[in-house]
Amino acid sequence: MTDVSYRELSLNGLWKNNPAIVQLLGLCPLLAVTASVVNAIGLAAATAMVLVCSNISVSLIRNIVSDAIRLPAFVMIIASAVTCIELLMQAFTYELYEILGIFLPLITTNCVILGRADGFASRNRLAPAAYDGLIMGAGFGLVLILLGALRELLGTGALFANMDLLFGPGATDWKLTMIDDYPNFLLAILPPGAFIFTGLLIAGKNLVDAQIKRRQDALKARPVKGAKRVRVTGHIS
Amino acid sequence: MLRESITRNSVLLAMFAVCTTLLITGTYLLTKDRIGEQKRIAEEKALLQIVPRDRHDNSMLDDVIVVGPETAGLGLAEDRRVYIARKGEDVVTAIIPVTAPDGYTGDIELIVGVNNDGSIAGVRALSHRETPGLGDKVDARKSDWILSFNGRSLKNPGLSGWAVKKDKGVFDQFTGATITPRAVVAATLRALQYAEANHKSLFAGVAATPATGEE
Repeated sequence: MTDVSYRELSLNGLWKNNPAIVQLLGLCPLLAVTASVVNAIGLAAATAMVLVCSNISVSLIRNIVSDAIRLPAFVMIIASAVTCIELLMQAFTYELYEILGIFLPLITTNCVILGRADGFASRNRLAPAAYDGLIMGAGFGLVLILLGALRELLGTGALFANMDLLFGPGATDWKLTMIDDYPNFLLAILPPGAFIFTGLLIAGKNLVDAQIKRRQDALKARPVKGAKRVRVTGHIS
Repeated sequence: MLRESITRNSVLLAMFAVCTTLLITGTYLLTKDRIGEQKRIAEEKALLQIVPRDRHDNSMLDDVIVVGPETAGLGLAEDRRVYIARKGEDVVTAIIPVTAPDGYTGDIELIVGVNNDGSIAGVRALSHRETPGLGDKVDARKSDWILSFNGRSLKNPGLSGWAVKKDKGVFDQFTGATITPRAVVAATLRALQYAEANHKSLFAGVAATPATGEE
């Protein structure tokens, strides 16, 4: 794996091998904190940071650690990265830290992170490993944010409430009330809603994939048709 | 050969442990002060919602009376603090912690600001796990309901009025949730009763106490 195509990495992380809706990793935080956009962004950022840090460190030590102690070493790295980021969030975004609560330390157990460390970073050079961490984090984050937006919009009729928790007092008026006097749709905010909307997202992705495949097949089919005709004429002659 | 690899691996792992511990220690030391400060700010923010800065001039976080599970009426599970807001030497408001044990999903931790004259300066829910969209309207960020306590006292309304409308009281319940407001109303009433029973010790003021004692 010396030659790594960054294009391929991006496509993998964001779409083809998206950690959240294809690999279905890290579902616990995904379902738990996506009741609003601000929570989703907070957890997405924290997860991406941990992914980049752990991928970088794992890539740096990949030639030192033997197979026998690979996993404990990786887990140690991930756990310490999570702890550091937790401390930093507590220091700089205290209220969000309070909201995310248990799901910050639980990033340690998010399989995306160990999966990428073991599956990619431990076999690749520093730059691709860091990029992979970033793009996998972005793929995971995108789904988190999309899910957060869907659930917040359907659940409360508004978007981007409480963004000041993350972006400072200037963001207080970012809240968009889409529908006035919206009767809250509880199901969207409660955990069952998270399952349903995640399912819908996965279905949506599969639908798009199927569409793309059909179009590609159609493209492939045309020259085949031509070839057939040639063969047919060949037969006739 | 085996012994060698075991030694090598354990040394390596130990080195990892040391490195990661150092990293965490470093981050902890760097962020420790700021985290402490943030905690204080968050704590004070809730207090300032009840007693804004123009109504007092002391540091409420440093002017406290410790109350605990043994304090009658407050229903606390652990030691909490009554914060005293004063202007000059006069106590303006005492902010009393009270736990409503009968919320829909577990305890609701409240703080109730009681003015010197026995009226309520404000009530806030500090932590609760009430159902989003229904019971969580006790949260001031979600609904104005909790502000309806402002200005109330033991005489306004009378004791029988301290209930939700469904129970023939004066306070609104939420659509679809009666248990939560019922619990909050009851807890607020208990805080008021506590303030009345302990009026002397709460509102005498630290500076004033020895002076009156000498006279």
